[in-house]
Amino acid sequence: MIWKTLKLWFHKLGSPPLFSQFARRVSPWLWAGFTICLVVGVYKALYVVPPDYQQSDTSRIMYIHVPSAWQAMLTYVVMAVLAAIALIWRIRITEIMAMACAPIGAAFTLICLATGSIWGRPMWGTWWEWDARLTSMLILLFIYIGIMALYAAFEDRRKAARIASVLVLAGAVNIPIIHYSVEWWTTLHQGQTIRLIGESSLHSSMLPPLIWMTIAIKFLFGAALLDRARNELLEQDQSKQWVQRELQARGMARA
Amino acid sequence: MPEPSSAKPRPFLALLQRDLLLSIRRSGETLLPLFFLFAVVILIPLGVGPGPNVLSLIAPGMVWVAALLSSLLALDQLFRSDLQDGTLEQWFVGHSSGWAQLLARLLSHWLVSAIPVITFSPFAAIMLHLPVDALPILVLTLIIGTPALSLIGSLAAALTLTTRGAGGLLPILVFPMVVPLLIFATGAVALAAEGHASSAHLGLLLAFTILNLTLMPLAIRAALKLNLE
Repeated sequence: MIWKTLKLWFHKLGSPPLFSQFARRVSPWLWAGFTICLVVGVYKALYVVPPDYQQSDTSRIMYIHVPSAWQAMLTYVVMAVLAAIALIWRIRITEIMAMACAPIGAAFTLICLATGSIWGRPMWGTWWEWDARLTSMLILLFIYIGIMALYAAFEDRRKAARIASVLVLAGAVNIPIIHYSVEWWTTLHQGQTIRLIGESSLHSSMLPPLIWMTIAIKFLFGAALLDRARNELLEQDQSKQWVQRELQARGMARA
Repeated sequence: MPEPSSAKPRPFLALLQRDLLLSIRRSGETLLPLFFLFAVVILIPLGVGPGPNVLSLIAPGMVWVAALLSSLLALDQLFRSDLQDGTLEQWFVGHSSGWAQLLARLLSHWLVSAIPVITFSPFAAIMLHLPVDALPILVLTLIIGTPALSLIGSLAAALTLTTRGAGGLLPILVFPMVVPLLIFATGAVALAAEGHASSAHLGLLLAFTILNLTLMPLAIRAALKLNLE
């Protein structure tokens, strides 16, 4: 019974007007969740957690850096699943959502790289270190950029999304190989790799803000994804009737 | 009235023969990547200085990077002329699955683009003072690695087939995917230059190439068909 309702709901979401309605209703709640978790997380990270005994206040950048890094990778997984659905069942909404993932993932990757570099200056003494994780993140950023560039290079938006989806899937196969080859490369070339956080070295008092920030970033991703997908959908369908109707209902119809 | 030929059509061999013949007739175009390889190899000592210590240290990486860059040159034309005269669409018409034609094209592309580079790479490496003992390993990494390189490039060419500003996208699409290739290949050559065994690197390089040989043609075919829609 529940399964049936879920299935019906899933199929309904494939329709552009219903998806647009759903995204418009859900996205404010996600933004609200993001704001609340962000405020709690930032408060805990800046005031509750004591300074690290080795890194003092520098370690606090971790609360942005680590959730962004996780989200940068998770976004690729979400994008690859959406791209596979788009290629197999040719559902238009998933094509649009997969392509909406790329700039978001690129942004999180960039945040991760920038905060890592800022943290690395006082800790490692350099802005850039050819560390395995930093290097794989940099390559991930270029994979995201490649997907965005390919998507932008075609006239026909649906064709562009499907062709870029092939690249997304090729990247999904390659990313683990790239990651491990880079890890191997750094261990061979520079001996011991510096780790950002070891499994046991994270003190328990540092965990709550990290969890709050991680949840905040998840909300941010959801909100950004729905808003981006909806904007793209409205733009592509701007001459269609359902968009006109939606605009009229909100008093924004073009003359 | 001529009898229709009863012999079974052999698209794979026919296309392979045609492609190879064409590239031999247009040898200037075919050898362009090779000249490019040597242009890079000549520019590097001018840039970093002629000291043999530095040069022999960076030689494996430089020969491979030059090979990677030179492989980009011929990519743009890989499917384009067949797209323009409509041949490409015929690959997938009717009962034809397009596999024979596609695999023939991929094979001919590897033969034409990689064989000259593999043949002349020892000369480039000697010019960069790579120890002579490491030369066989360098050639071996190129033989094992260039099929994967050629396939990755072919995927990029297939993806960008009907884009507006063709060509400029190719390097961005190719470079993240060739990272493992570069790491395993240059690692093997560097170890050999220091006199160590490099079989672990060579094994990983071979595994990467086999993975590409099995999966890449599927992705290339999908990309071509989507571009023809």
